[in-house]
Amino acid sequence: MPYDYRPFDYVPPAGLREAEPRHPVVIVGAGPVGLAMAIELANHGVRAVVVDDNNVVSVGSRAICWSKRSLEILDRLGVGQPCVEKGVIWQVGRTYHREAEVFNFDLLPEDGHKMPAFVNLQQYWVEAFLVARAVELGVDLRWKNRVTGVVQGADHVALSIETPDGTYALQADYVVACDGARSPLRGMLGLEFEGELFEERFLIADIEMEADFPSERRFWFEPGFHAGQSALLHKQPDNIYRIDLQLGWDTDPEVERQPERILPRIERVVGHRDFSLDWTSIYTFQCRRMRSFVQDRVIFAGDSAHVVSPFGARGGNSGLQDVDALGWRLAAVLRGEAPAAALMAYDCERVHGADENLMNSSRSTRFMSPGAGVERLFRDAVLHLAGRADFARPMVNSGRLSKPCTYPLEAPDHPALPQAARPGSVAPDAPQGDGWLIDALGGRFVLVAFGEAPELPGLPVLRPQPNAAVIKRWLGSEVTALYLVRPDQVIAARWVSASAEEVAAALLAAQEGRT
Amino acid sequence: MSALITRPNIADPDGFYARLLATHKGLSEGQSHALNARLVLILANHIGEAAALEAAMVLARDGA
Ligand SMILES: Cc1cc2nc3c(=O)[nH]c(=O)nc-3n(C[C@H](O)[C@H](O)[C@H](O)COP(=O)(O)OP(=O)(O)OC[C@H]3O[C@@H](n4cnc5c(N)ncnc54)[C@H](O)[C@@H]3O)c2cc1C
Repeated sequence: MPYDYRPFDYVPPAGLREAEPRHPVVIVGAGPVGLAMAIELANHGVRAVVVDDNNVVSVGSRAICWSKRSLEILDRLGVGQPCVEKGVIWQVGRTYHREAEVFNFDLLPEDGHKMPAFVNLQQYWVEAFLVARAVELGVDLRWKNRVTGVVQGADHVALSIETPDGTYALQADYVVACDGARSPLRGMLGLEFEGELFEERFLIADIEMEADFPSERRFWFEPGFHAGQSALLHKQPDNIYRIDLQLGWDTDPEVERQPERILPRIERVVGHRDFSLDWTSIYTFQCRRMRSFVQDRVIFAGDSAHVVSPFGARGGNSGLQDVDALGWRLAAVLRGEAPAAALMAYDCERVHGADENLMNSSRSTRFMSPGAGVERLFRDAVLHLAGRADFARPMVNSGRLSKPCTYPLEAPDHPALPQAARPGSVAPDAPQGDGWLIDALGGRFVLVAFGEAPELPGLPVLRPQPNAAVIKRWLGSEVTALYLVRPDQVIAARWVSASAEEVAAALLAAQEGRT
Repeated sequence: MSALITRPNIADPDGFYARLLATHKGLSEGQSHALNARLVLILANHIGEAAALEAAMVLARDGA
């Protein structure tokens, strides 16, 4: 079934009649990042206004692969369950050269996690769930409200907004720019977007058909059905399949866009004509980011701040991690509990994350679409060897799928504790009776204790049941441990034992962004 | 000190050199380049150690 796009109601905003009081936060853009941001802020007690120039969810499925970390974040926002229920769960990827499988990966080889490695779900579904949740929480969502001007004041930001009924002004303490890759706000502020544009074109098609393809990601280099190029196949819910076909830079996008060109290409992939085209698009890749995501009182998050090529699913997933790193900090600044400087920790952490994503995404793109000469020579050498020698297989790069980075924190650490739970990493999940550790952590600062725990006012202590998964992921060979976990479920500091003063100092440093 | 061995380490240098040329025999220049690329990857994997590989790449690049 193709998605049934229902426009959201435009309601003439109060600001058209009389000046509105200053809002704490205006979020520009109701894509996945803007919507998630609004819900995250609402969870931290901040009521944001969201303005979007459109009045429907994402047209075309665009992002389909949502990572474990994104699902954990979406779950905290209240939409994890519908996403997992509706989506196609997968964790294995297979890469082929011509007809032979040359590499495969399993993204979550161990169990004992609430969320699966990946779920494939069309972006419009994720946005629809987020909109419903935002409405439930009373978020002020304003459709058909287009930002046309922005002025940074000393203690606020002023926006000009165009609606079907005319233009009005809004003031906010902070603006979060979630207005996508072409970010009009970035342009209005005259900010640069730096990086690489790859000279490659891909055809992307969502088709509807009855098939029993496995729930796996399949990628082909130089398949017989698409000579000399590469191809990617993903399964989505509702009998929809995503096919990406590399076209080469010298193809004419206007010609390739025509259904009479697309249909025979797809037919060669699936082996028959018994499918319908749901959505198609032709795209080129960019790997770019802003130099800094915090520009005084305008903060950039998601595609407005950084864009990557789609191989690796690092776009939407990294945008949700931006929300994770920004929400609690912005809420604390607005409540007067943290200095504005704490926002620079968001900038620092997410620039680090963006660089890791850009590096992985440009490496994959370079492998898939090598430049003429030596790049092509080595790429072909790897593919040639991959069928003959095991060592070459992990060099085959069809995309390295999104994983949260470990932030470079300068924080107390006890290196003998498990490496995966070192400061800066997302706290590992584990089963807890009928529930999950990730849920018990919630969205606040919490002290996770194995053994003695110092008492600090306002810092709840969580004592997980030490089952096998907990011991492996949190204790290793140690018997006691203390972890300070942030509201975004990132580990801020850890010890085998610590005094109240040590924990308090680490807590203050994390709150003030001094890590 | 890099881990890269730069002192003579092949027992029969002339024999090795002849084998290298023989391996390329009958190939076009393009095929030879491709073979060399594969050989680099195979040997690099055999060495494995990042510091030795790094030193080898620096040495190979020197004067280019
Ligand atoms: C083909 C393709 C495949 C992809 N696959 C994946 C994937 O599998 N996994 C993944 O994680 N990511 C994927 N991505 C990336 C993902 O789609 C983006 O990263 C994601 O949409 C970014 O969300 P966003 O909210 O930052 O921006 P957007 O979704 O672009 O939303 C921006 C919003 O801002 C609004 N807006 C713009 N200008 C204004 C203005 N002046 N005033 C008011 N509103 C405005 C727009 O209408 C829009 O609603 C893919 C992208 C493409 C193109």
